[in-house]
Amino acid sequence: MKKIIAFVLGAILVIGLLAGCSGNGGGQGGGQGGGGQEGGGEGQAATGRVYWLNFKPELDETAQKLATMYTEKTGVNVQVVTAASGTYSQTLTSEMDKSEAPTLFIIGNQAGVKDWKDYALDLTGTAIANELTTDAYNLYDETGKLCSIGYCYECYGIIVNPDLIEAAGHTMDEIKNFEGLKAVAEDIHARAAELGFDAFSSSDMDGSSSWRFTGHMINLEYVYEERAAGSVWTECPPELTGEFMKNYKNLFDLCINNSLTDPKDLATGGHDAEAEFKEGKAAFFVNGSWEYAAVSEAVPRATMIPYYCGVEGEEKAGLNCGTENCWAVNAKASPEDQQATIDFMVWLVSDPEASALMVEQLGILPYKNAPASTNGFLNDAARYTDEGCYVMDWATNYQPNVDDYRAALVSALNAYCADQSDANWALVETAAIQGWAVQYQKANAN
Amino acid sequence: MTKKKSGIAYFFRTPIRRWSWLFMGPVLAAFIIGFVWPFIQGIYLSFCEFRLVSDAQFTGFGNYLKAFLDSSFMHSFGYTALFAVVSLILINVLAFAVAYALTQGIKGSNLFRTVFFMPNLIGGIVLGYIWSMIFDGILSHFGTSILQNSTWGFWGLIILIRWQQIGYMMIIYIAGLQAVPEDMLEAAKIDGASRWQTLFKVTIPNVMPSITICTFLSLTNGFKLFDQNLALTAGQPFLIQADGSVIKTTEMLALNIYNTFYGSNSAAHGTAQAKAVLFFILVAALGLIQLAVTRKKEVQQ
Repeated sequence: MKKIIAFVLGAILVIGLLAGCSGNGGGQGGGQGGGGQEGGGEGQAATGRVYWLNFKPELDETAQKLATMYTEKTGVNVQVVTAASGTYSQTLTSEMDKSEAPTLFIIGNQAGVKDWKDYALDLTGTAIANELTTDAYNLYDETGKLCSIGYCYECYGIIVNPDLIEAAGHTMDEIKNFEGLKAVAEDIHARAAELGFDAFSSSDMDGSSSWRFTGHMINLEYVYEERAAGSVWTECPPELTGEFMKNYKNLFDLCINNSLTDPKDLATGGHDAEAEFKEGKAAFFVNGSWEYAAVSEAVPRATMIPYYCGVEGEEKAGLNCGTENCWAVNAKASPEDQQATIDFMVWLVSDPEASALMVEQLGILPYKNAPASTNGFLNDAARYTDEGCYVMDWATNYQPNVDDYRAALVSALNAYCADQSDANWALVETAAIQGWAVQYQKANAN
Repeated sequence: MTKKKSGIAYFFRTPIRRWSWLFMGPVLAAFIIGFVWPFIQGIYLSFCEFRLVSDAQFTGFGNYLKAFLDSSFMHSFGYTALFAVVSLILINVLAFAVAYALTQGIKGSNLFRTVFFMPNLIGGIVLGYIWSMIFDGILSHFGTSILQNSTWGFWGLIILIRWQQIGYMMIIYIAGLQAVPEDMLEAAKIDGASRWQTLFKVTIPNVMPSITICTFLSLTNGFKLFDQNLALTAGQPFLIQADGSVIKTTEMLALNIYNTFYGSNSAAHGTAQAKAVLFFILVAALGLIQLAVTRKKEVQQ
């Protein structure tokens, strides 16, 4: 009996080991097999291999489809793996360690450039760089190497339901600055019981929602600092002045105090702000262009307005436009793989069928041969730009040690929501401004 | 050819010895690949600066210095020690009490055992979220939440871990209690020992092996706690200091190591690795000391 048990235990160990190895080998074998099957098309020079480590879970389905299409067409083996939401850096760290490392990956911000620049091919003058319509979303390292290029961009601001604004007896024209926004929001909130809807949807501070405030809304502070200094950041500044925290407070206070939810209940979340907006329970919803598909069905007239926060001249403000979706090509991959990857990228943004699928999923492709956007909020962003308004860039992408920085801000905002005292706001300012300097030091320590 | 009775040839003289590598090899290989090698590499990496593990540069003891100078690491160390001690006492006292009650021949004690054991089958992350909903459901009536106050965060985690682990420890204690010889208990009864005297003089010394294993498990579990900590509070609330640095008041060691590795830039990977090695030494040392101390009290039958 003992012998049998010992044998079974030993066998389990070994099987576990073999399964671990074969899992890996099987995946690779399958991938290569896929390429081999297209052996008939080898005349089309199917050399090189593409491995796209995708960053956007919502793009996964489309990306897999495009990969199959491309393989059928050219015989080049394209593998797409999507990292689970919020685990991109972990996945990239482990995948880069493998011999079949990703050839196409994402460097989304300057922190990413700092960490991954050694693995990024200089894209200057490559076929894909020549397809771009704008340089606005490209990332460079300190030597001027083009590390990654944007493949879509997004915008954020305050989503408004004009039907509700009008039902409350106001017009969209009244909202041209913070005073206007405040007057409308406070009036709606005061008459919420009578109107049957409130001004702002819930501003939850749990992980699924806090980024709207610690990542996006705080951007207004950074952008106005940039504008006050008269220059756009090209790298993370070591410290901030905090001059515009009062404006952040203006807008944040307006959001939490004129909403469906008691500010004290925001810390733990559990409210569905998107549903509140879609069901017509709230007129304002702080979010971005990626919500268009979800929102436009229920609220066809939904439109997006800038963060009005009481800064001088903000009548000329536009939406916050930028991206964390920037492609980089692995510098340590073989030249054939790099070429195959760049060819694949060009195909994605220029082939009529492929680029149409990409636009459908991403909203917009900033490339010469790509179709026009179908996203109403991105069109709003373009309209503001056409009217001569300034674009608020995504200075928020420079947040040093972004997860830690935002976590501290969430903690401070929780305390503030529970008790809106000056002392608690002072802690929010400390977390946002001094916290920036501390995280900058940590991120740049060696 | 003459046979020599020494050296390797002698060792392999019987077929079973000659072929021993075939039977030992796979298991040994699995053990080395799955445990020994990563362990050694982990220690080596704690002396390195690295972004990817295949691309590490040796830097010496700098990582350890940084780990010791990190005030959040020291805070989480103290917090974890406090948590481990409190949870160790509460879990074991309550688990023993429940086990004792359920070995007194109460009706339906099998049902009770099953029910008490079940929480242990739920994963830590799920438990953390479920309990955060329960706590916040109560606390929201008072306009606050578990994320707002570190005292509640501490006791919330204690309640959670008690709920999860008492059932498991109870099973071990029940097995121990059932192994206490009937004749000894009978002898105590005949000698006129009271219930308390029987409990402390006869029963407890006899279940000392169970106590050893349970204290060992709850102590190391207390130190290694990660999922529940992450899901319940994730270190909130933070103490925001005047210079902008923060102390995550309910962050335990394992979470602190994780946050160091993934929260900062790649220069901190080595520091996190050094912290992890220190963490291992600490847990191993505590476990060994605790085993040595309780072993002495065990009664050999």
